[in-house]
Amino acid sequence: MCGIAALQIRNPALRADLGGLMHGMLCEIVERGPDSAGLALYGSERLTPDGSSAITVISDADPAALATELRAVLPDGSEPTVVAYAESVLVNAQVEASVLETVVREALPGASIIGRGSHVAVLKGVGHPVELADTYRLTEISGTQGLSHTRMATESAVTAAGAHPFTVAEDLCLVHNGSFSNHASIRRWLRAEGVDFDSENDSEVAARYIAWRMTHGDDLKTALENLQGVFDGFYTLVVTTADSMAVVRDPIACKPAIIAETGDWIAMASEYRALAALPGIDDARIFEPSPGVVYTWALPVLEGATR
Amino acid sequence: MTLIATDAPAATTVDLAQSSVRELNQLLHDAADGTSWTVASPVGSHNIAVGIIADIDVTIEGNVGYYFAGMHQTGTATVHGSAGVGLAENIMSGIVHVTGDASQSTGATGHGGLVIVDGNTGARCGISMKGVDIVVGGSIGHASAFMAQAGRLVVCGDAGEALGDSIYEARIYVRGEVASVGADCVEKEMRPEHLAELAELLERAGRAERPEEFRRYGSARNLYHFKVDNAGSY
Repeated sequence: MCGIAALQIRNPALRADLGGLMHGMLCEIVERGPDSAGLALYGSERLTPDGSSAITVISDADPAALATELRAVLPDGSEPTVVAYAESVLVNAQVEASVLETVVREALPGASIIGRGSHVAVLKGVGHPVELADTYRLTEISGTQGLSHTRMATESAVTAAGAHPFTVAEDLCLVHNGSFSNHASIRRWLRAEGVDFDSENDSEVAARYIAWRMTHGDDLKTALENLQGVFDGFYTLVVTTADSMAVVRDPIACKPAIIAETGDWIAMASEYRALAALPGIDDARIFEPSPGVVYTWALPVLEGATR
Repeated sequence: MTLIATDAPAATTVDLAQSSVRELNQLLHDAADGTSWTVASPVGSHNIAVGIIADIDVTIEGNVGYYFAGMHQTGTATVHGSAGVGLAENIMSGIVHVTGDASQSTGATGHGGLVIVDGNTGARCGISMKGVDIVVGGSIGHASAFMAQAGRLVVCGDAGEALGDSIYEARIYVRGEVASVGADCVEKEMRPEHLAELAELLERAGRAERPEEFRRYGSARNLYHFKVDNAGSY
């Protein structure tokens, strides 16, 4: 199986509640994937403070020692901070995400980098999803949108790096319920195109493909439409960028998905029960996304907002 | 002997904010014939009212999750709301009614009884139906009535791709558009007996549509009979 729950906040007054609402949703998808879980949280003041970038690395490194090491190599004023959330170590600094990623990689050679961007923080781990959410202090998180995933592994090992979301390009996150049957061929083909991979995981291939399409000019919707012509298998995907969220299901809709829309928020989940406690759900427009159709929602741009 | 009319006893209410689905289902399994039950706060929970074997009336106030009224045997189970995957899966008899929409695999493998969905259903409505009657007020998704063996599927709206693929002997009535028929499913003549049974089904489901507005689909019977011309292929 695997469970997905995603929420995009449209009413700024609800941004403070992002984590609390997502926690409630996550609790209802635990049974679909109890082995590991992950979150992508956009616009959080704690996890991605204004002007900073965020890199998440799977490591047991001492946070204070890593911060000292990064301070020595980063420009003055970049003020790196390091916080360990179990296996997920979140590094923030006032530099470009690509710069921060390079120095983290040099400080922790061989460690998996699972999150990157200036709008999103990614936290993943092995264990009970609700316990992980407590470790991440999810209920305290504010923000603009978020993705959660509970995994029942079928295609690769149960590790923090193998949990979803997959964030292979800045601020671009993907979660997947299903399995791809031709991922090995596509991985070989993308490798020949110069794309590097972290794992043998099938969902990573979809994330790499979307990122690769978007570096070649596709927008999110077009990239997902192209994905449908290339990937074979079962999939319900939710993909987020710094300013949008998208949902797509395979052409025979093998895996469940339900969407609820109100003026205040857009929510998607594997099962309705994950949406049942959202404020205003009784007046929401609720529907199942049609197979093979790409749905996208842009985050509302707020006057005076920097993100 | 004199029959004395009595008012129906008031319904017993079970609130799923206080009771578990398991506790509710045990109450329903132990219920006396003729009793009425109301269920509050379903919040999309799975397996509500599964396996009812008493002649009872159960009403759910809100949306239900997967497998609502699965294996339904007797009585009436009504949802004032929408239902998730596998509504009335393997229903044997009795009535299951959803006033909103239902997800995929509505009435899957149902042997008998009547499933009414006032709204739309997702994909695979009536998949492998074996005698159940299903009446949908709206439209149904793709691969509906796949390998249907017996029973009637009535669709007042449209049907998605591959309707009735590999169908055996169920009869399908569609009022709107059929996106495509599946292998061995064809449109068939609407004869008086079909209009009559459709009128009865619509009436039982509380529908106002007229039988003359529907078209009938069924098996071309080319797929499941062995053809001697193909003997050389084996």
